[in-house]
Amino acid sequence: MTNLKPVDVAIVGGGWTGLAMAKELVSRTSLNVLALERGAPQGLADYAMDMDELDYNIRLRMMQNIAEETVTHRHSSRDAAVPVRQYGSFHPGTGVGGAGEHWTGMCFRFLPSVFTLRTHLTEKHGAARLPVDLAVQDWGVTYDQLEPHYWYAEQMMGVSGKAGNLRGKLIDGGNIFESPRSHEYPTPPLKHSYASYLFEQATLKLGYHPYPTPAANLSENYTNPDGVSRAGCAYCGYCSRFGCMIGAKSQPTNTLMPVLRRHKSFQLRTGSWVHRIVHENGRATGVQFTDANGAEFFQPAETVILASFTLNNNRLLYLSKIGTPYDPAAGKGTLGRHLTHQVEGGIRIFFDKPLNAFMGAGSLGRRISDFDGDNGIAGSGLPNADGLLRYGMLSLNGNGDLPIGAFGAIPPGTTKSNWGAEWKAASLQWHDRAAQLNMYGEHMSYRQNYIDLDPTYTDKFGDPLLRFTLDWTEHEHKQRQFAYDLAAKIAPAMGAKIDPTRPSRAKYNVINYQSTHIQGGVVMGASPDTSVVNPYLQHWDVPNLWVIGASSFPQTASGNPTLTVLATTYWAADALIGKYLKNPGRLV
Amino acid sequence: MKRREFLTIPAAALGGTLLYTLAREPFRLQAQEGNVKIPLRFFTAAEARVIAAACERIFPSDATGPGAKEAGVVIYIDRQLAGPYGADKYRYTKGPFVESVPEHGYQGKENPRETYHQGIAKLGMNFDELPVEEQIQKLQSMEKTHFFQLLRAHTIEGMFSDPMHGGNAGLIGWQLVGYPGPRMSYKEDVDQHFGKEWRPKPAGLEQIMKRPGKPWEDEKV
Repeated sequence: MTNLKPVDVAIVGGGWTGLAMAKELVSRTSLNVLALERGAPQGLADYAMDMDELDYNIRLRMMQNIAEETVTHRHSSRDAAVPVRQYGSFHPGTGVGGAGEHWTGMCFRFLPSVFTLRTHLTEKHGAARLPVDLAVQDWGVTYDQLEPHYWYAEQMMGVSGKAGNLRGKLIDGGNIFESPRSHEYPTPPLKHSYASYLFEQATLKLGYHPYPTPAANLSENYTNPDGVSRAGCAYCGYCSRFGCMIGAKSQPTNTLMPVLRRHKSFQLRTGSWVHRIVHENGRATGVQFTDANGAEFFQPAETVILASFTLNNNRLLYLSKIGTPYDPAAGKGTLGRHLTHQVEGGIRIFFDKPLNAFMGAGSLGRRISDFDGDNGIAGSGLPNADGLLRYGMLSLNGNGDLPIGAFGAIPPGTTKSNWGAEWKAASLQWHDRAAQLNMYGEHMSYRQNYIDLDPTYTDKFGDPLLRFTLDWTEHEHKQRQFAYDLAAKIAPAMGAKIDPTRPSRAKYNVINYQSTHIQGGVVMGASPDTSVVNPYLQHWDVPNLWVIGASSFPQTASGNPTLTVLATTYWAADALIGKYLKNPGRLV
Repeated sequence: MKRREFLTIPAAALGGTLLYTLAREPFRLQAQEGNVKIPLRFFTAAEARVIAAACERIFPSDATGPGAKEAGVVIYIDRQLAGPYGADKYRYTKGPFVESVPEHGYQGKENPRETYHQGIAKLGMNFDELPVEEQIQKLQSMEKTHFFQLLRAHTIEGMFSDPMHGGNAGLIGWQLVGYPGPRMSYKEDVDQHFGKEWRPKPAGLEQIMKRPGKPWEDEKV
């Protein structure tokens, strides 16, 4: 083990959170900052030749190598867990930029009630009417506190959209149900696709309030406050699971790295796999890592920032023995609690006209938030509204259909078999005539859903894998039914027929892609009894350790997490720079 | 060292330009003559003929247009199996291997290469010589197997993936469904052509970018 020269701040992870934090630190202080990224350098020049559905969309060439490390899963603590052997329900990224390179680019602010959910639900329904296993809690930070940081993140990326609530003034065409915004979006909405246009017309006719999905895929050329200029989107359709070859999709490598490269006090070390956060007497002393050749290093640091993906944030705390593991039976301990996975799912609809759906952009689309949070659910007139505490959004995404994935989308029952002449003929007949209405549901946290270490399976270094104990509850089944009923109203108004297969009460599966929005385990909160980090994302037990990212979310919102991940990172950066550095110690 | 195996097929069987008659019936224009000799990376020639015949049943060439045969799907599969995917270089393959619930997906120890060898053994080395109806029956009896599910997925991939991967010969798959291939921009078209079929002429990635691609299957295992 080689001891390296101490740094002021060591950051574990070179993705959105790690690099956003690094940029704040090096541009606002004189500290020297080192970011350790286990993957390789990557960027614009690497992405020109990746417009290939097979290698990137199907074989998932940009993802972490699952052969080296994965997680195990079981539905309940009575079951045996087995490893996720090939990627399915989520896709962790790797390399500089992390999952922020291959993401889709949807940029939502969460509703104010999401941040105070325990208080909100208790006031609305009374504690006695909430499910007994419900674990949701308040974040210890409010929407109003985060608003300036949301705006800062939106400007950094140049988010394209249309405001629906500007300082309390409701604006047609935007999302009138959104949290109040201090500013209009930095860039106007992306264009329509044919299907998104039909969705907008249909939902308007039904009295809903469609709005453009806020997108980190730039609708036009944009220069951000840091002076970084990028091109507008070309609608090529190679977005989600690809790096953008023209830099129109905001990625850490095209927004933050250009600024970080200008700072001598910043250093990025790739190929560096951090195995432990080293600590003694309640203080982190640095990190232990290996490089790509397997050589071992100790990197001393005054402050350590754990800024990797939700999985690795949890795992490094477990492996480093920092904090108290959560015990669901006793309801004690905090590390690993509140595992959630945003409830997403597609409901297929069929048209009798071609959609030219191969054109598109990751976040191109229109959606409705008329039933987001608990807004409008009771008066929706939809079956399954009764007893539904929280729902979310419904959208039509025009992210570009690629030919392998799109082939064979035929109305169920059209053919007996899913191969052979009859199936081929039907698939050709229906080709480019199917779209999806996508639900985005809040996933509330439950006592029985959590993360710990697996007792059997290990990574390539012999360290235990993480184990997920996770299944859907009655509430998520209800959310899916509600979404289907809503879709069944909208589809005919679009001139489409809905897939008659209602959502089944299926158990959580690791096969079908849902989203990469795995959240929780290192949750934030006002009390060390119920959270791992305080409301500034500082570890309760180890004050010079900060853990940032969606691992801090006590429950998920309907919206995708990235913008809130960035907003909470900037919120933490302000506390770290403005308060902690002046007087290092516990901020709460 | 293993003797190099080749798949020899009439050039006219691969690729071509897909045209439609006034009655919207497809026909394939193919000017190539003679045989092409394709070096195999994984299969023996006999194994390749068995797999080619099975793919042809999954995605047949018929009155609705060309299929697995014209797209060279077996060449695609041969390269996938020879590469890192076939060897499970990017799958978690540490034991213990235990059967689990369906929600956990394929938990087996066998990599795609081994799964194909087992599948070929089940199909029989004379599969390609069986009457079509018998081939269909045999595949039907294997529908639930992991091998068949891989074979079906790979057949669709071989039909519609970029031609640099060995299938979709002459962009015949993309012609069949009207996919234009990767393009730098649809800025002027994305919100046009509403309700009308718009099918620009397809081109592959290497054609568009004017440089060789780096298909993952070429990575050393």
